[in-house]
Amino acid sequence: MTEKPIKPRSAISGRTPEKGSSLTPGHDPLSERLNFAGTRRDFLKSLLKLAPVVGLSALGVGLGQIVAANQEKQYDPTKHWYGMGIDVHRCIGCGRCVEACKEENNVPRYPYFFRTWVERYVETKDGEVRVDSPNGSINAFPPSGVPEQRILKTFYVPKICNHCAEPPCVQVCPVGATFLSRDGVVLVDESYCIGCRYCIQACPYGARYLHPKKRVADKCTFCYHRITKGLRPACVEVCPTSARIFGEARRANTPLWEFVRTHDIQVLKPHLRTSPKVYYCDLDSEVR
Amino acid sequence: MPSQVKRLLLLFAVAAVALILLRHFLVPKSFGRYGHYRADAVGAIAASELRYSGHLVCAECHDDIAGTKKASKHAPVSCETCHGPGYSHSQDPTENKVSVPSGRERCGYCHNYDASRPTGFPQIDPAAHGADEPCASCHNPHQPELKVETPSCEACHTEIARTLSQGHHRGLNCTTCHGSGTTHQVDPKNIKPEMPASRDFCAQCHAEDATGPKNASGIEIAPRVESVTRVEKAPRVDMAVHGQDYLCWQCHFPHLPEARR
Repeated sequence: MTEKPIKPRSAISGRTPEKGSSLTPGHDPLSERLNFAGTRRDFLKSLLKLAPVVGLSALGVGLGQIVAANQEKQYDPTKHWYGMGIDVHRCIGCGRCVEACKEENNVPRYPYFFRTWVERYVETKDGEVRVDSPNGSINAFPPSGVPEQRILKTFYVPKICNHCAEPPCVQVCPVGATFLSRDGVVLVDESYCIGCRYCIQACPYGARYLHPKKRVADKCTFCYHRITKGLRPACVEVCPTSARIFGEARRANTPLWEFVRTHDIQVLKPHLRTSPKVYYCDLDSEVR
Repeated sequence: MPSQVKRLLLLFAVAAVALILLRHFLVPKSFGRYGHYRADAVGAIAASELRYSGHLVCAECHDDIAGTKKASKHAPVSCETCHGPGYSHSQDPTENKVSVPSGRERCGYCHNYDASRPTGFPQIDPAAHGADEPCASCHNPHQPELKVETPSCEACHTEIARTLSQGHHRGLNCTTCHGSGTTHQVDPKNIKPEMPASRDFCAQCHAEDATGPKNASGIEIAPRVESVTRVEKAPRVDMAVHGQDYLCWQCHFPHLPEARR
């Protein structure tokens, strides 16, 4: 009997495999990091590169200094590919992420402009599903009004721009004002956007809005000004239960990688083939 | 070549040059360096102002509080979750201060009961818990586990202690009203704790001119939790006309004075 090839996990459960994510089989981050392509010539070449380092350390320059000099190097976007994990079991719906996001990014304080928000799902025993997010949950949630005897299941789902690897919003922009950066973040060029709202229509997740003052499209940037300085996004920083995990979607041995490998992961609207990089675990089938 | 074609070609050439010139001046320099967008925009977005500094920066100065918090149930909660953005404070600590939440609202964002919250997460019913006192009167936010010493009476009288903890009398020692608690502890079967015998006992706090409970030698008894139960905050009645034919505990339940009989 011939051995069956092992299918990737996502194929077994009938979900679309993420294009270009760490989940694709055959991807070996270790060899990528070591930068040895495998041939003897490459190996010898890299040995040659090491020679001055060895010489310097022989001269008395500590290795630690070299490491420190390397760490001070400028931010290199090609070395990163960002994503976010969301553990819905941990979300308590306190809305601190929503407030922190509005503070950090000067999002207008109206109850209908959000870069991130939290939704409450209440499924009743007679099959009704209620979803609400009063003021994006910036002041947490008032009681749902459904008597507890009638509730079958209820939980919170934090929502944010999915920073798709195949972003439909970027595809439709007529001027090239919104784009997927080299480190995997969908950004908006404020000074180039003409405010045509096409991207807002195209986003299947409702993650964009038109800024009422600047009259340009605005959205989550994963707090790009923070992550390029080595800080965590504001929503991740203030989450009291660590329900949001931010990090590298393609590098092994990172918190996000561990989260993705140890949980049953879903993405929102996988049938649209947008390859979202926000990974939810154990998501209810009612969540869109 | 016929002259009319030449003219047409010239026209095309001029249009092409004009297009190239226009493109050169209108399209930003960095457009298309990494893709169909202005590469300089990335730097501009990355240069936005910080508002939240991150908990590591806070711990550089407030290492004592960070240490206390790290050992408590609030260990995963970042400083700025409760205190708000602190970058400006970290730049100029004397000029800019972070907010210090008081009252009950902010703690309630996380700890008010909601059916949607995960089972096991500590939640309270704000109407029944703590009788409208600010949370910080009993809980230290940096170490939220209750640090108030549990009276040893609770070891046997758990249900009374639990009832007591829900009401306005929760700040009182058991011995404030029950006198010789200590001797009862030694020999619980034979020595029973004292109980108030007259209306005058309750009047020590609840009469219009009350000054607080005193023991047999006339020394004032301090409550167990000063901020919760103070004699100045006790509701006052005119003892001469308020239920004068009855003992207080015939209508009021001393362990939960808010309860209705």
